[in-house]
Amino acid sequence: MTPLAPVPASGADRAPVLRERGQREVFCGLTGIVWLHRKMQDAFFLVVGSRTCAHLLQSAAGVMIFAEPRFATAIIEERDLAGMADCQEELDRVVTRLLDRRPEIRTLFLVGSCPSEVIKLDLAKAAQRLGAKHAHRVRILNYSGSGIETTFTEGEDACLAALVPEMPTLARGSAGELLIVGTLPDIVEDQFLRLFAELGIARVGVLPARKAADLPAVGPDTRYLLAQPFLTETARALEDRGAQRLEALFPFGAEGTTDWLHAAALAFGIDEMHFNRVIAPGRERAKRAIEHSRERLAGKRITFLPDSQLEVPLARFLATELGMEPVEVGTPYLNRRINARELAMLPEGTRLSEGQHVDKQLDRVRADRPDLTVCGLGLANPLEAEGFSTKWAIELVFSPIHGFEQAGDLAELFARPLRRRDVLRV
Amino acid sequence: MQLAVWTYEGPPHVGAMRVATAMEGLHYVLHAPQGDTYADLLFTMIERRGKRPPVTYTTFQARDLGKDTAQLFQDAARDAIERFQPQALMVGASCTAELIQDDPAGLAEAMDLPCPVIPLELPSYQRKENWGAAESFYQLVRTLADQSIRPRGSERKLANILGPTALGFRHRDDVIEVRKMLDALGVEVNLVAPLGATPADLTRIGAADFNIVLYPEIGDEAARWLERTFRQPAVRTVPIGVGATRDFIRETAALAGVDPAPALDDDGSRMPWWSRSVDSTYLTGKRVFIFGDATHAVAAARIAAEELGFEVCGLGCYNREFARDVRDAAKLYGVEPLITDDHLAVEEAIAAASPELVLGTQMERHIAKRLGLPCAVISSPVHVQDFPARHSPQMGFEGANVIFDSWVHPLVMGLEEHLLTMFREDFEFSDTAGASHLHAHAPKPVTPVAEPANEPAPGSLWTAEAERELKKIPFFVRGKARRNTELFAAEQGRDAIDLATLYDAKAHYAR
Repeated sequence: MTPLAPVPASGADRAPVLRERGQREVFCGLTGIVWLHRKMQDAFFLVVGSRTCAHLLQSAAGVMIFAEPRFATAIIEERDLAGMADCQEELDRVVTRLLDRRPEIRTLFLVGSCPSEVIKLDLAKAAQRLGAKHAHRVRILNYSGSGIETTFTEGEDACLAALVPEMPTLARGSAGELLIVGTLPDIVEDQFLRLFAELGIARVGVLPARKAADLPAVGPDTRYLLAQPFLTETARALEDRGAQRLEALFPFGAEGTTDWLHAAALAFGIDEMHFNRVIAPGRERAKRAIEHSRERLAGKRITFLPDSQLEVPLARFLATELGMEPVEVGTPYLNRRINARELAMLPEGTRLSEGQHVDKQLDRVRADRPDLTVCGLGLANPLEAEGFSTKWAIELVFSPIHGFEQAGDLAELFARPLRRRDVLRV
Repeated sequence: MQLAVWTYEGPPHVGAMRVATAMEGLHYVLHAPQGDTYADLLFTMIERRGKRPPVTYTTFQARDLGKDTAQLFQDAARDAIERFQPQALMVGASCTAELIQDDPAGLAEAMDLPCPVIPLELPSYQRKENWGAAESFYQLVRTLADQSIRPRGSERKLANILGPTALGFRHRDDVIEVRKMLDALGVEVNLVAPLGATPADLTRIGAADFNIVLYPEIGDEAARWLERTFRQPAVRTVPIGVGATRDFIRETAALAGVDPAPALDDDGSRMPWWSRSVDSTYLTGKRVFIFGDATHAVAAARIAAEELGFEVCGLGCYNREFARDVRDAAKLYGVEPLITDDHLAVEEAIAAASPELVLGTQMERHIAKRLGLPCAVISSPVHVQDFPARHSPQMGFEGANVIFDSWVHPLVMGLEEHLLTMFREDFEFSDTAGASHLHAHAPKPVTPVAEPANEPAPGSLWTAEAERELKKIPFFVRGKARRNTELFAAEQGRDAIDLATLYDAKAHYAR
């Protein structure tokens, strides 16, 4: 790991964390399929689960996606459970039918669910067997997106971690390669790739790649940047293959993006003057764009309910660049190592909470009366009906928010509910 | 295992949630893994409810499985009682909890809770949402109904309205229309349930003289028990469409022993005149494909055939439990019934039937969009658009008015249809332009699946000249013309389709 600027000793990094256990109002990891299947254009996601899993996938995005998606559910039925049908044989039949229908699939993910895990259906074995059967045509991998194992964005983490062993080995002594890790919207990924090229970092890979065939190489000469804070397992898998993480803020806002790019520039020996010259225009644009929302957001109090693990970096962005006051920052899981620099920059007194007891947490929202509450789709309208302004957390996962050019949009996502509250006269 | 991309129905515990959410003073403790809470958004987002569904989930995780998930359930139940103080509690398991066999019913019983507990056994790997709703409602009624309460024996009769739930297709507005009709008949409402009822209200269900089963998919199981237990007869005609509404009024009036005339003479019923007026002539014989839940599909077929003069070219439902009704209706209209919950099979059937209008669910709306066909939604599964801000019932005379508008507006209208036929080569009459009055809804075929080959495929029977002529026919009937001509050529054993064959076929199929 390359140490960057010293971590300030103040901030919320030493603050105690409120750990709660109770009803968790969060999605399971299957939900990640909704964006992963669009990112990886030749991959298909087959959930092995129940009718509930299929129903979740079509409901999760709030609306159905009106195109034939590259995902489906193999719904386990009574006869599979009663032993009248052999689950592995049934799965072979379903996969064969699917591959016949969609010959363009190059990677097939068998995705485990709560029921498949409880009945101990071995999807790794199935992937191996089916992989041998369909060798040369399609790669078959497996991971778990079950609610008992994963919370919302941890599904992407599990998916990417399953891809890491498939990455080719980066030849030893090669000129070092930068790897960007985490699903980014195509337009944002292209912006970053242009910036790295301008900086003079020649070899940059992205995980996940848009095509399975373009999976980047990895090895001890790989330096990687996490684009998303929820990739704990993926980071571990990459480090197992020798890659080294570049410690940085996450690329949200002008400062976060600068710090993120700077970590790469330092690691690849880019001249500081050149770095400043390359990023200055984008950084200035980001600051100008953020300024539009600053007046509305500065001094406003915000609470995050646990959702995507993006909560800590986003709270940092809103506090340091927009002058908001985080009241409670709830996250389903707090990875202190990955978020070390983020935590150090959160204002002192910010209440950090991990896990959830939704009723108690809503009691705290009612007592705190924040100006804006970031929460899941199940809670937003009920809170609005109680008079709280809310921001749907899921939009933060479904919109381009990373990087300089999106910093203004990100700020606007938080400003819009407040502006709307002010303009409405009904 | 069944391969599914989209599903028409959720799991049965979602049906139980629809009942719980519709009611007041009831709470549901659901033993379920983390993630199953997604179901809340169906109610808060799609239906825009301002309250969380009254459901407490245990949300267990993998690390709890080795320990005591049963304790987790009991803690959740105790917390829920203390926080929400419900009049009654439903307890049950979702698909995963069913597998770990913690027995919520037994656990709740052992807790000696201060309110009635209704245990739900909803087999997730066999049954689906509608069945779950019907079973939950039946169990509630059976547990809570006070069997010592009987009808008051008054002249003015009392009725229960059974079946409307949360997340139902226009249930909110249908109840208003049905209440209006009962009002006109002088029949009082004892209770509406589940929608808006409390467990305390349900105890008094026996006070009614008869039941009205608005949505058989949800209300019929309870109604049959009430028939046996309280000797309450039931009105089973579902008042969707003018004819069915009249039948419903007569049937209700007969049970209540009142004169049906005040309810029948509703001067707000415009649909019959709208349909008889000359502007509607062009609706005659339009081919419609109908798919939805059995009740709405059968009702739609009757309206289409008898009240709009359409031709039913396809009829089906996704809920096997009520397939018999659809089979009977299909016989009536001379079509093959389609009973399936595989939306790909529905898509194939629609493409093969080449209808001029699709009446279906949000799934069929999706399919119709891909095929470039006009479509109106008649049934669940629902979408945020199926909860309009305005009053928009399906039932009663006003419901029939709403149906006339919402089915007829997507069609290419009267004289425009003729102009499109007469001046096919006008450059603005492109196939993708659709009907001019519906810019936003104009069908834009994404992939021309409805008409697989615009060009003669290799080995095609079509001569180039006949193929060119075919293209002069408006796109919304071209698929049918192609199919009919090919059928005719095959029947006649012709080895090429030239201009003469095209027009011979036109004459043959002339209506």
